[in-house]
Amino acid sequence: MAKQKNVLPGFNLSLGYTLLYLSLIVLIPLSAAFIKTTELSFNEFWAVVTAPRVLASYKLTFGASLLAALINAVFGLLTAWVLVRYRFPGKKIIDALVDLPFALPTAVAGIALTAVYAGNGWIGSWLEPHGIKVAFTPLGVIIALTFIGLPFVVRTVQPVLEDLEAETEEAAASLGANRWQTFTKIIFPAIWPALLTGFALAFARAIGEYGSVIFIAGNVPFVSEITPLIIITKLEQYEYASATAVAVVMLVISFLLLFAINGLQWWSNRHVSAVR
Amino acid sequence: MSIEIRNIRKNFGSFSALNDVSLDVPSGELVALLGPSGCGKTTLLRIIAGLETPDSGSIHFHGEDATARQVRDREVGFVFQHYALFRHMTVFENVAFGLRVRPKETRPSDAEIKRRVHELLELVQLDWLADRYPPQLSGGQRQRIALARALAVEPKVLLLDEPFGALDAKVRKELRRWLRRLHDELHITSIFVTHDQEEALEVADRVVVINKGRIEQVGSPQEVYDHPSSPFVYQFLGNVNQFQSHIHQGEAKIGDVGVKIDAHHETQNCAALAFVRPHDIEVFKERQGDKPVFEAVVSYIHAIGPLVRLELKRADQEELIEAELTQVRFRELGLVQGEHVFVYPRNVRVFLDKSA
Repeated sequence: MAKQKNVLPGFNLSLGYTLLYLSLIVLIPLSAAFIKTTELSFNEFWAVVTAPRVLASYKLTFGASLLAALINAVFGLLTAWVLVRYRFPGKKIIDALVDLPFALPTAVAGIALTAVYAGNGWIGSWLEPHGIKVAFTPLGVIIALTFIGLPFVVRTVQPVLEDLEAETEEAAASLGANRWQTFTKIIFPAIWPALLTGFALAFARAIGEYGSVIFIAGNVPFVSEITPLIIITKLEQYEYASATAVAVVMLVISFLLLFAINGLQWWSNRHVSAVR
Repeated sequence: MSIEIRNIRKNFGSFSALNDVSLDVPSGELVALLGPSGCGKTTLLRIIAGLETPDSGSIHFHGEDATARQVRDREVGFVFQHYALFRHMTVFENVAFGLRVRPKETRPSDAEIKRRVHELLELVQLDWLADRYPPQLSGGQRQRIALARALAVEPKVLLLDEPFGALDAKVRKELRRWLRRLHDELHITSIFVTHDQEEALEVADRVVVINKGRIEQVGSPQEVYDHPSSPFVYQFLGNVNQFQSHIHQGEAKIGDVGVKIDAHHETQNCAALAFVRPHDIEVFKERQGDKPVFEAVVSYIHAIGPLVRLELKRADQEELIEAELTQVRFRELGLVQGEHVFVYPRNVRVFLDKSA
């Protein structure tokens, strides 16, 4: 690789700093999880990570996270659209509200959601007669994960929407495109990479979420028990090695999923980045 | 297709962008909307395209009222100043867009689309760029692709918003000649917006001069340049020397010098503005019989290019006169800076100062 002249020097220094920083904060703690896991033999490890109760929890965690991220992709896009395209009183307040799930302690969010969606809560008491139970079911898990993932999609899509040239939409209209065609063929391809980023962030955040979920989930084994809770339970029972074993499996799956999303992003972004 | 614009008004808040504008554009003409920035010319173009709705007034295409028609039903091709190409699509797909979004019944087959797009890309001489993406093209190439894209839907009217505004001087000149040739080939009614008088005078069949939301003058380039109907048009089209003067029975008094003019014979002692183009100023070393001349001193000489520009300081007041001489005439005179000369305004145009 040829050394490139750059306006701002310091490639070596900044890369070195980045690696050190990443090692201290991310790599070393994570590798500790792997090392701890090696205390188990492979058979023990396999038995722990494929226990039926653990398998059920993977399904719930990744399934609910995926659904929550998809819901956020749709409604986050809508929220970003409304915030960028329209002017209305109270817009600033709504804009600020979007960030609230970032700031709120997740336990508070969990308790609040449980109170509202429980059978005797404001919304829960209205849903229950229709046979829809939210609190203490997988549906409750999805709602909690949707809550904490909302800001990611809004905040990644918003700036891209703001940068979108109104002229390209006018050009599409003058060429005879109707509104739906203008959206699907012009606007959506432009915001798709950002939407994918927001989706990936919301998804990753949901997989790791613990605090808000445990209150509303009710943590019924095989039904509404998420993987992070299983890890905590094992820790509380001093089964450190099996706790890290489950953690390692989560880590690997998460990494592979995020890697795949990144690949998809690179692929859909290839024209834009090929430029100059 | 002819366009008739009737009494268009458009306000943005308290700002009046267009104030009772009416204009007829005959079929097949290439018309320039010329004016300083903020004069309303782009707003007028966008109203014709349907991208903006007028507060009052109407637009007729070929005699039919099109004021309420949607952009996509107006059959206009619009070329944007900053091209507005779809950056995630190849050049080919950009040009094909207008054909691909048609409803199934009228959409051409894929083979037909391919043929049409390549035909258009050949027309704009960029067939070899079909697989590139817009950000990989130069400004001039992008502009031509934008034009090909607009032509793909076979519009009845072509509208161009400052089509060469963002290009450098050389590409601009090439491209505007090319646009003229293209128009001569296709004969599609075209309107383009520009703030560059040279561009408008060179390319257009007719020039519409707009100022502060009103049309000042409409005419052929020759007409508006030789016979400006208002001081604004005079000043906007090319360089000009402006003098405060008094008109009295067909004679304009500029300082101590009286110039006979062929108008305003009945006017009695009225304040007026007199205009002379720099190339209508003659410079002599001696007094020329009874020709009305100003005494002046050469204060600056700019001798690069085919024309020599002189700055002359009038002796009777501090005002500067700008003159343009040919190199031949300049060498004949052998002028140097600081020299005393006599200046004769060959062609004076006077506008009465109504405010006075």
